[in-house]
Amino acid sequence: MSSLTDQTASELLERMRSGDVSAEQIAAACLDRIARHDPAVGAFLRVGGDEALAAAADVDRRRRGGQAVGLLGGLPVAVKDLICVRGQVTTCGSRMLANFVPPYDATVVERLRAADGVLLGKTNLDEFGMGGSTENSAFHPTRNPWDLERIPGGSSGGAAACVAARMAPLSLGTDTGGSIRQPSALCGVVGLKPTYGRVSRFGLVAFASSLDQIGPLARTAEDAALLLEAIAGHDPRDSTSAPAPVPPYSQTVRQPLSGLRLGRVREHYGEGLDEQLAAATEQALDVYRSLGAQIRDVSLPHSRYAIATYYIIAPCEASSNLARYDGAHYGHRTDERQMRADLRQEQRRLEAAGDTAGVDQLDTPLVRLYRQSRAEGFGAEVKRRIMLGTYALSAGYYDAYYLKALKTRRLIRGDYDQAFAEVDLIVGPCTPTAAFPLGAKLNDPLAMYLGDLYTVGTNLAGLAGISIPCGATREGWPIGLHLQAPAFEEDRLLRAAYMFQQVTAWHQRRPDLP
Amino acid sequence: MNASPYEIVVGLEVHVQLKTRSKLFCRCSTQFGAPPNTQTCPVCIGMPGALPVMNQEAIRLAIKTALALNCEIPAFTKWDRKNYYYPDLPKGYQISQYDLPLSQHGFLEIQDPKGRFPARRVRIIRAHLEEDAGKSMHDEAAGQADSRIDLNRAGTPLLEIVSHPDLRSPLEAKAYLTELKLLLGYLQVSDCNMQEGSLRVDANINLHLATPDGPVATPIVEVKNMNSFRAVERALAYEAPRQYQVWLETGQRLGDVPKQTRGWDDQAQLTRAQRHKEESSDYRYFPDPDLVPVRITAQQVDALRRELGELPAQLRQRLEATYGLDPYDSDVLVNQGRELVDYFIAVADASGDGKRASNWVQQEVLRYLNEQSATIDRYPVGPAALAELLAAVAQGLVDTSRGREVLQYMVERGVGAAAAMQHLGIQAVDSSELVRLCQELLAANPRIVADVRSGKQQAIGALVGQARKRSPNANPAEIKRICLELILGTE
Amino acid sequence: MSLSGDDLRKVALLARLRLSDHELDVLAPQLAQILEFVEQLGQLDTSGVEPMAHAVELSNVLAADEPQASLPREAALANAPQHDGECYRVPAVLGE
Repeated sequence: MSSLTDQTASELLERMRSGDVSAEQIAAACLDRIARHDPAVGAFLRVGGDEALAAAADVDRRRRGGQAVGLLGGLPVAVKDLICVRGQVTTCGSRMLANFVPPYDATVVERLRAADGVLLGKTNLDEFGMGGSTENSAFHPTRNPWDLERIPGGSSGGAAACVAARMAPLSLGTDTGGSIRQPSALCGVVGLKPTYGRVSRFGLVAFASSLDQIGPLARTAEDAALLLEAIAGHDPRDSTSAPAPVPPYSQTVRQPLSGLRLGRVREHYGEGLDEQLAAATEQALDVYRSLGAQIRDVSLPHSRYAIATYYIIAPCEASSNLARYDGAHYGHRTDERQMRADLRQEQRRLEAAGDTAGVDQLDTPLVRLYRQSRAEGFGAEVKRRIMLGTYALSAGYYDAYYLKALKTRRLIRGDYDQAFAEVDLIVGPCTPTAAFPLGAKLNDPLAMYLGDLYTVGTNLAGLAGISIPCGATREGWPIGLHLQAPAFEEDRLLRAAYMFQQVTAWHQRRPDLP
Repeated sequence: MNASPYEIVVGLEVHVQLKTRSKLFCRCSTQFGAPPNTQTCPVCIGMPGALPVMNQEAIRLAIKTALALNCEIPAFTKWDRKNYYYPDLPKGYQISQYDLPLSQHGFLEIQDPKGRFPARRVRIIRAHLEEDAGKSMHDEAAGQADSRIDLNRAGTPLLEIVSHPDLRSPLEAKAYLTELKLLLGYLQVSDCNMQEGSLRVDANINLHLATPDGPVATPIVEVKNMNSFRAVERALAYEAPRQYQVWLETGQRLGDVPKQTRGWDDQAQLTRAQRHKEESSDYRYFPDPDLVPVRITAQQVDALRRELGELPAQLRQRLEATYGLDPYDSDVLVNQGRELVDYFIAVADASGDGKRASNWVQQEVLRYLNEQSATIDRYPVGPAALAELLAAVAQGLVDTSRGREVLQYMVERGVGAAAAMQHLGIQAVDSSELVRLCQELLAANPRIVADVRSGKQQAIGALVGQARKRSPNANPAEIKRICLELILGTE
Repeated sequence: MSLSGDDLRKVALLARLRLSDHELDVLAPQLAQILEFVEQLGQLDTSGVEPMAHAVELSNVLAADEPQASLPREAALANAPQHDGECYRVPAVLGE
């Protein structure tokens, strides 16, 4: 059965259409591989084995009966656990939502079902999408299939790892500052962050609402095109969803682009970029040259401010988005009896000490319920960002931080607009380094944040970006090439990626799993 | 009054629920009175992943109201999050408008026909849209103090209308609220029911004093929990002397202490300080990334302006100019609402006598409506029928008191004026018969005839009474005229 | 940029987080370092630049005022940590 999981989604789809293999067989092969390898990798938080097999069997029945079958035709899809699935626990990688069962499907999940995608399970992530290593999951870390002692990247670490490990041909991730592209680069798969507004955010649990987008992860550009086509398009339930038509990506992806002009960003080759990655990126440019593309140097002068801008805007929005988790209406609530008993004890102690100011400042039971529930429900990175965002929005700091960041964001967008007047795509490294060991940056948040150097600009500007495998380090760890496109030009990204994959074999490398 | 050592300065913040069928950012019903938590969805519960989508009608009603309040409507407005924790606010923030509200710089004019305060133009700082919170109910049943939370109301559209501190007495505050409520009723944008919470008022009040060292303003106090206009009036009337006493005792001026919030206790008829934490006012407003801005064109504004119709102030002027009413009468009629005014106008136009129509509507129709606690659409006599009766009165076919009986009959039996008069046996009395009757009366009352001849014309009144005993339908004015002619005309 | 313990405690209350002294000790230098990093934006001249709050140039996204079915109450309350079948229950809003 392992040969099935080695095949790409497009190949599997073709075989299902020809009646050579059934959706149920494919789902079973994926489930089997998950059972064998996921204990070591930890890509999944939950696997919906029976539901997946039943859904696949249903597609098979309809296909056999000559009925119409959706675009995904019974292909298994893993879904990042930041996306709501009706009636199924959706944790966001957080203890806060360990038992939360949404009474509704995210729009992308509705569209997956409508396209006859088979939901395989929910993948692991950094809590609420905050992190670049998937070590911030409240449940377990995910490991990089290429080296189990290394991180898979994040926050969509489970989404990238499960595709790299051939547990699923397709998966959905979310990208706020690089959370699809960076783990795709580190795990050697294709990951696309669509233009802001291209894919509905309804049912995507918000981290930073003005930056979040859902996008596909797969092994090839064709497969990513297929999944993007299934989920993209206007949604009246998301006010920020663009009412723009969706091209048939799965059909156009094989059309080569002629006269392609690629912009090489000068600022991306500075300090911090590992020389092996720099070299791999340059070789990728040579590949494009050989395909007839012109390479020009372009400048994004404000890109050096992108991380600072991002780490103001994202925590500010997050501090507000995560205020709803207070233990009142859903989610984790602290043990109320214990909490009240603790409060009474604290009060007695303060009274005994004659500390009337302390008694005055003591939390009310309601405030303590909030604070204690949130203290227990959130992990360290989430708390750090909530504190950062709350501080930056608080009285007296708004102009210096948040407003300043919004203005810088405009300048960053302006850089892109200028660059795209001259080139069709911007190309460069996706990450400054390959996958690093687990725990290496856990206690150095700023170092972790700096890893987002090349990806956050896309989100700030609201554009589209893709990471495709373009090399490997001496140790064999994957390297990703980052392509960025103007708004709503996902088609151009996918076609350029397809062209590259037609003449390279980096995407065909597979990790050896024990 | 003239001896008061201080001037009261009041500004009001009014929250009005707009009459949309669904909520501001989701499509849950806004129907009042449903069982708790039966009108909620992932959006208004603030569930993870749910997103708001703005209600078109709420914008329309808000702009109409703002226009009626003479506000400017900027071409661009946006949504902001106001962050604070409260269990009836499930998202941990309220979607509101901060620095670019939907409207600003308006005014509402108030006046008192009884002249108790001078006519005043109360300036409106702004009117902006925001979502309402749910409801918390205190409950001790479980052996500990709990709150029960009902989120049915969460997300209902509110228009917050903030006035400048232009009001100078509790009476003016009440007049402002009454006029505002009337305006909202004319616009049909809100039910304005304080019992159901569709209109809520907070007041900011302080005092201006003249001291030997110059003018002084005392600290501003925000008064909440006022459940009726009368409560607002009383709370302010309580608050002013209390603040003066505090000033005498502490000498605290505006800026010396943080703004205090006090709650009105309607049972005890006093305000009490409300404790709240120092940090609670740091709302960390920022633009809501889930909602896009609203652009409003001049054409849209003009179209909505044309929809406004005649507003109370214009209507009062028209009633005075067209129907000859005095300000008091036009005020009484207009304050009853557009439907009653329409009724009045129909009666006045059909009868051709505005003043008489006004008197009958105010005295007869309104009395009936008050007794029955009914609105004009339930009044059994249509304007044409009432106008017919008034015409009969004007022509002297019936007198006023007999006319009331006729109207009473019309109300009870649902018949027209002519039919009612016929049933009551009212016919035009033949004038020759009347002359004969008067001649008999004059002959029987030489004393009265002598009095009239000596210049006491009012003595005729006694004859009118006697004539009506013998012929109930005789028109008193006619009797008087004939008698006078018989006595004086023969000379 | 330095953050005092009092500053942090105030922010923690505002954010409704209960942080132990140990957590505060760890957080203080981390937040200070991050703030120092982001303050490099101060070098940038942004006068005359319009703030960009949205990544997409949309406006007037409006829905018709047509009520739709709400969640059944059981479904609405299903995730509530504490409820009485009708309402969510929390410790008293006004304290005890």
